[in-house]
Amino acid sequence: MEATEMRTTEDLQMKQLMVVRPRYGELLIQALLGLCAIVSIVTTVGIVLALVEPSIEFFSEVSLKEFFTGVNWAPLFNPPSFGVIPLITGTLVTTFWALAVCLPFGLGAATYLSEYASPRTRSILKPVLEVLAGIPTVVYGFFALTFVTPLLQDIWLVGEGPGVFNALSAGLVMGVMILPTIASLSEDAMSAVPGGLREGALALGSNKAQVSTRVVIPAALSGIVAGFVLGVSRAVGETMIVLVAAGSTPNLSLNPLEAMQTMTGFIASAGLGDQPTGSIGFKTIFAVGAALFAITFVMNMFSIRLVRKYREVYE
Amino acid sequence: MKSIGASAARNELESRHRDFFERGFMLALIFSLGIGIIALVTLILQVLVEGFPRLNSELLTNFPSGNPEIAGAQSAIMGTIWVIGVTAAFTIPVGIGAAIYLEEYADKERWWNRFIELNLQNLAAVPAIVYGILGLAFIVRGFLGLGQTVLAAGLTLGLLVLPIVIISSREAIKAVPDTIRQGAYALGATRWQTVRRQVLPASIPGIATGTILALSRAIGEAAPLILIGGLTFITFNPESVNSNFTVLPIQIFNWVSRPQDEFRVLAAAAIVVLLVILLAMNALAIFLRNKYQRKY
Repeated sequence: MEATEMRTTEDLQMKQLMVVRPRYGELLIQALLGLCAIVSIVTTVGIVLALVEPSIEFFSEVSLKEFFTGVNWAPLFNPPSFGVIPLITGTLVTTFWALAVCLPFGLGAATYLSEYASPRTRSILKPVLEVLAGIPTVVYGFFALTFVTPLLQDIWLVGEGPGVFNALSAGLVMGVMILPTIASLSEDAMSAVPGGLREGALALGSNKAQVSTRVVIPAALSGIVAGFVLGVSRAVGETMIVLVAAGSTPNLSLNPLEAMQTMTGFIASAGLGDQPTGSIGFKTIFAVGAALFAITFVMNMFSIRLVRKYREVYE
Repeated sequence: MKSIGASAARNELESRHRDFFERGFMLALIFSLGIGIIALVTLILQVLVEGFPRLNSELLTNFPSGNPEIAGAQSAIMGTIWVIGVTAAFTIPVGIGAAIYLEEYADKERWWNRFIELNLQNLAAVPAIVYGILGLAFIVRGFLGLGQTVLAAGLTLGLLVLPIVIISSREAIKAVPDTIRQGAYALGATRWQTVRRQVLPASIPGIATGTILALSRAIGEAAPLILIGGLTFITFNPESVNSNFTVLPIQIFNWVSRPQDEFRVLAAAAIVVLLVILLAMNALAIFLRNKYQRKY
């Protein structure tokens, strides 16, 4: 209470000092800096405008029903077909396998770093994980195509193994790529849990594994979930790995051994062929892009909310 | 001193309760972390081994060619330098300006400033390819209509990494203690004088570190540039910002997607070049952080 009062009088004094006479140079600089901040708003508005207008044109030619319920995606064929479901299942399958890697192992890595590692070990291991996050996605795509897929084909025991292009290796490698994101956000949330909670549990006779799984993880849950959601959002939006390793055939299937095309994969491969402005091929890029942006936007907002929530609780 | 006593007591309690399950749990955690490290090491070894036959000077001096024996990545390397130059020229001043505004000028109670904040967090998580769509619609065609040029690519990547530059610069500015600002005000400095002569110099190491990391993200980005036409067969170096271009990640993608093994070798060799560039930038960032960062 006292601190806030002091703060307000300080602010007041500062304001009085500053309003003695207007300094036009200062105001100009403030305006310029404000303009820089507005660039980020303009970017968002630009993205929305870029997506909305061609999408409206697209949906004047293709019905919403056909787009969201059709099971055949062949927009550049004759006759064309605009069912987006195969692209969505392709995205779901690669995302699922990415999550199968990055959720358990990301959380495990975070738990180790936050609860078990000594400060020295942590200071070595965290930068290593950061390097993993800094590797370009096209490099991961190369790794999936030329290392993981042949490896899977070699070790596959039952039935027919994965094809040259398959959703499984793209998904698994994508999981490795997202692992550091999840580990780092979860670790932040777990480190923010007050030490008193851990000591209390230990005093009641819990061992360290119990403290981690029953006290720290539940207490940090909103932060961990925020990391997970952001991870899902990155998996859905990832392009190069799936473009290189998952193939480019839209495929309504849940079998990860087959080649598939994701929403991002379609946008990129449609962009590879130079689509003339105004053509239906050009507009499909934007319609699929709008769907992609909407999905990731909802997840990002959910994640941002959750992070705020845990910050409020412990900081 | 209380904390040392507490942690000693905690260690005592912890060691008493170690049992079989506890060990298994810890091994599982180490394994989780190990997966990431093993993947990293395997990946690096694989590109080194696979790319080794083509890690020669021709890779750096020759231009792309249909013949994998003589194909090189010179135009892609020069293209990367040009594009990142444009990205840096755009994103560094705008990013730092926005960060200064948000930290030093903006009244955080106002809704529009809170809105900018939320907007930034979302932009940082928008898929890269969506920025490619933005670039295609308004920068390459439409409003700016720059065509498939170095300038268009640099601006698109600039917008992509802008949120990262702003967020990390804000962290650096936030770390400068208020007493420094108050000292400057007390001596009669204006707000801008305070920012320019006190706050900025004190936060430059942090800003530089964050900016270098953001630019290294831009160097590795391929997806948005595919949309704005970076995949044309380019056998010349860019001569101005209005030249057509290709960049290293796009060249790598092009080589990876060809069926012949020789091109895969070439791709692996180009990946080594790309990783060396990124490693050098990361090392520079870490060096700057350790050498100049002061704790207040």
